[in-house]
Amino acid sequence: METAVIYSIKPLLAIGVSLIAALLIFLTGERSRNLRESWTILASVIKFTIIASMVPSILAGNVIEYTVISIAPGLSLQFRVDALGIFFAITASFLWIITSFYSIGYVRSLKEHAQTRYFICFAIALSATMGVAFSANLFTTFLFYEIITLSTYPLVAHKETPEAMKGARKYITYLLGTSIAFQLFAIFLTYSAAGTLDYSYHGIFNSVRGHGVSDTFLIITFILFMAGITKAAMMPFHSWLPAAMVAPTPVSALLHAVAVVKTGVFVVVKVVLHIFGINLLSQLGLGTALAYFASFTIIVASIIALRQDNLKARLAYSTVSQLSYVILGVALLTPSGITGSIMQIVLHAFGKITLFFAAGAIYVTAHKTRVSELDGIGKQMPFTMAAFTAGAISMIGIPPLGGFLSKWFLGIGAIEAGQIPIIIVLATSTILNACYFLPIVHRAFLKEATDSTDKNSSLVTRYSSIKEAPALMVGALVLTASGAVALFFKPSLFLDLARMVAASVTGVN
Amino acid sequence: MIQHAPVLIIIIPLLAALMNLIVGLWRKRLCYLFTVAALGTCVFLSVAILDIVAGHGTITYKLGGWPPPWGIAYVIDHLNAFMLVIVSFISLVVAVYSKVSIEKELPEKIIQFYTLFLLLVTGLLGILATGDVFNLFVFLEIASLAGYALIAVGDDRAPLASFNYVIMGTIGACFYLLGVGYLYIATGSLNMADLSQLLPELYDSRVVLGAFAFLMVGVAIKMAFFPLHKWLPDAYTHAPSAVSAFIASTMTKVGAYVMIRIMFTVFKPYFSIEVIPVTAILGWLAVAAMLYGCIRAIAQTDVKRMLSYIIIAEVGYIVMGVSVGNRMGFTGAILHILNDAFMMACLFLAAGAIEYKTGTRNVHNFSNLYKKMPVTTAAFTVGGLSIVGIPPTCGFFSKWYLVLGAIDSQQWVFAGTLLFSSLLMAVIFFKVLVNIYFGSQPVSGAHSIGGNGAVVMDEAPLSMLFPICIMAVGILSLGFFSGKIISSVIQFTVPGSF
Repeated sequence: METAVIYSIKPLLAIGVSLIAALLIFLTGERSRNLRESWTILASVIKFTIIASMVPSILAGNVIEYTVISIAPGLSLQFRVDALGIFFAITASFLWIITSFYSIGYVRSLKEHAQTRYFICFAIALSATMGVAFSANLFTTFLFYEIITLSTYPLVAHKETPEAMKGARKYITYLLGTSIAFQLFAIFLTYSAAGTLDYSYHGIFNSVRGHGVSDTFLIITFILFMAGITKAAMMPFHSWLPAAMVAPTPVSALLHAVAVVKTGVFVVVKVVLHIFGINLLSQLGLGTALAYFASFTIIVASIIALRQDNLKARLAYSTVSQLSYVILGVALLTPSGITGSIMQIVLHAFGKITLFFAAGAIYVTAHKTRVSELDGIGKQMPFTMAAFTAGAISMIGIPPLGGFLSKWFLGIGAIEAGQIPIIIVLATSTILNACYFLPIVHRAFLKEATDSTDKNSSLVTRYSSIKEAPALMVGALVLTASGAVALFFKPSLFLDLARMVAASVTGVN
Repeated sequence: MIQHAPVLIIIIPLLAALMNLIVGLWRKRLCYLFTVAALGTCVFLSVAILDIVAGHGTITYKLGGWPPPWGIAYVIDHLNAFMLVIVSFISLVVAVYSKVSIEKELPEKIIQFYTLFLLLVTGLLGILATGDVFNLFVFLEIASLAGYALIAVGDDRAPLASFNYVIMGTIGACFYLLGVGYLYIATGSLNMADLSQLLPELYDSRVVLGAFAFLMVGVAIKMAFFPLHKWLPDAYTHAPSAVSAFIASTMTKVGAYVMIRIMFTVFKPYFSIEVIPVTAILGWLAVAAMLYGCIRAIAQTDVKRMLSYIIIAEVGYIVMGVSVGNRMGFTGAILHILNDAFMMACLFLAAGAIEYKTGTRNVHNFSNLYKKMPVTTAAFTVGGLSIVGIPPTCGFFSKWYLVLGAIDSQQWVFAGTLLFSSLLMAVIFFKVLVNIYFGSQPVSGAHSIGGNGAVVMDEAPLSMLFPICIMAVGILSLGFFSGKIISSVIQFTVPGSF
């Protein structure tokens, strides 16, 4: 495939549009809520349009580049949009549109305070996410990575209760602390050894290995990277994610199921493929080591999820587990493994955002947060719970939901890599997923509501009254659930992009 | 006219200091304008000097036309031209800022304040411009004496703090002078360029080794380098806010400059690195300074005291960069001198504005301060993030070079400590910033300023706000221009053997 470099300002526009929106939201403030919210919607739509307009030329095998400023040797603010970047960007920006509508419904129903701050931080976080997706070097990645951390802190601390502040403190300690102590250190080591931070399809360490760069050095750098990219929530650095669940649900839905955590795994993928390169990692045996590390997280997080009664906590541990699928896939270092890994980014996103949306809808309507309180909720909120079921099935990986695809490719990848134990991990995890999701569905639809005091009257109301969340919210979650279904039947766009990524780094079409 | 710039930049503030007294007798209010005008001229001259140096190389200005070994020469190369711009620019910004804060803090001493302030600037600029070790001592004392007086006029505890500083500072000056004396005994010269020619033959002489030791210890006291930092936190905490801002951002940096001059100009780099392993000693002390400064800063509730301890750590950064003895590290150190001057000025100015408006320096009383003073707190945030080293603020870029320098010379402990201290800085600033933006519990008592109720925006006056914003914008833009600054100025300051 011929690769042509197109110079275009579009990547910068895609990042800038939500920054401008943040400014407009700030200027509008509480004076006119509708105007304020329209900025969010407008920005999300424009952002998605800009990103979508880049897709055709990426699919044609080109990359889009834009250098904002070259600060010093090795330090330039530069964007390069390739298949992997556009894949992540389009996922996040599409879901931002839906989340924006959902957010509006959510914060207005609950009459949340500090709504202006909420929408500003949301817009900045999305800008930074695009920045990570499009970054052409580790410096740009690091810069936007930190901006995400800082801009989402106010969202996690949103409620400003002691509990929220405690969760937010944990959040920032983990994310900022490890990124400075480990990730930044790894970046320093990388630059010092390789003399560049630009991503390369063959891995920048590949060419310098043996030229004064020892294997021990490479292994240490790799470990520092993996320890420093805490957003990927790999154990033992995962506990910030459950703590972040004190945030309002749309935040958990988009940021802690899609944007923030996917940024983490995205950077892991970048480091594996473009900094070290698959040849080097397989020679050093680091791919296998990483795969087993990820497997450990997959299984253990699922087991912890089993015993969470709080719905959002259960979803959070499920996210911890599912994120490691991405890492697992890329660590297999085979074309199908990489394809499965990248597909998991979008498939998990649609599934998990639906689940969170449903959790938020339940909270807004019925004020319930615990799994044990959900008996019979399916009759009161049929649409929500149907969508929830779809999301759960996608998580488990049963056709015809999208989640099946990534597991399929991951399984093939494991066979390609000759790692049969990984197949067992995938199977075990599927069973565990079923164990913690299906009881919720069971409770919602098949159990009678037991706790209500007015049991006699509820017999009447149970049949007649459907009390759903506001339309904006239900619409959003139905849309994402249908997305999860649609991705099973028409995954071609994403699959093509994922295959391009795999082909570009392995050289196999 | 412009060829006399090296001396004019010192004469103008010196004369202005004297004339200020006369102007003050006539119209008290004019002192401010007069000072600002004088310092504005200094900024102009310093930029002109930097321009000449960048275009034509080192300037040697012979005072009174006397040739160097006998007469005093002002020698300005890239390093001190760069430092002159920093010091004169910060002095101008702080002078602009000082108007209302001094009117409130020292209403009866306005004339004296500006006179002393100009003398302090004269001293610092003189230290930077001169190429003569004894002349440097004279300016060091001018700056120090003016500094003692300016600190002493601060709050109730300032006289004691200043007295401690006087004692320590005088010991430092004595050590420096003794060092100069020994050098003169050994060589018969006081001119830096001349000394650097004469000294290599005498590098095994005990007198010269003693002189070097005295000079280094003397300067280390002046720049508050660990473990000789004891005077600094008290002095900077209790001084008037404008004074703290200026001294904090420039005095220690000028000390670092003198240290670099002695190590690499008066003595040859190989002497400081190999003959006496002074760089190794300095490096490990710098590690201790970074850790000590950060750890002490965590426990502070007084914002100015907190920042003072951070300065001790920042001095450690600069010395560490110099001590690793390679191009990257040195570049980082010089860049950090610039960045730290801006960061410290920004933070101290913001802290001063907060104290001006709310009467408190206790960070626990900063709850929800952002509602009341959005611009000041935003600037404080920028400064804080820069100290932590979050890109794109300038603090990241100097740390980048410092850590790469440490890695280049395989000093893993140094690199690790730098990053660890960044983490500690993050802890320090996050505590304050969370309080500013999320502090929900209003502290009872007269000093409470935030609270849950509607807080009316009540910003500092424009003459304070403007300098603060300049500094905050400076922090952001210096980050983007750091590559340019390095390639056009800093790379020429690196000693040739690195």
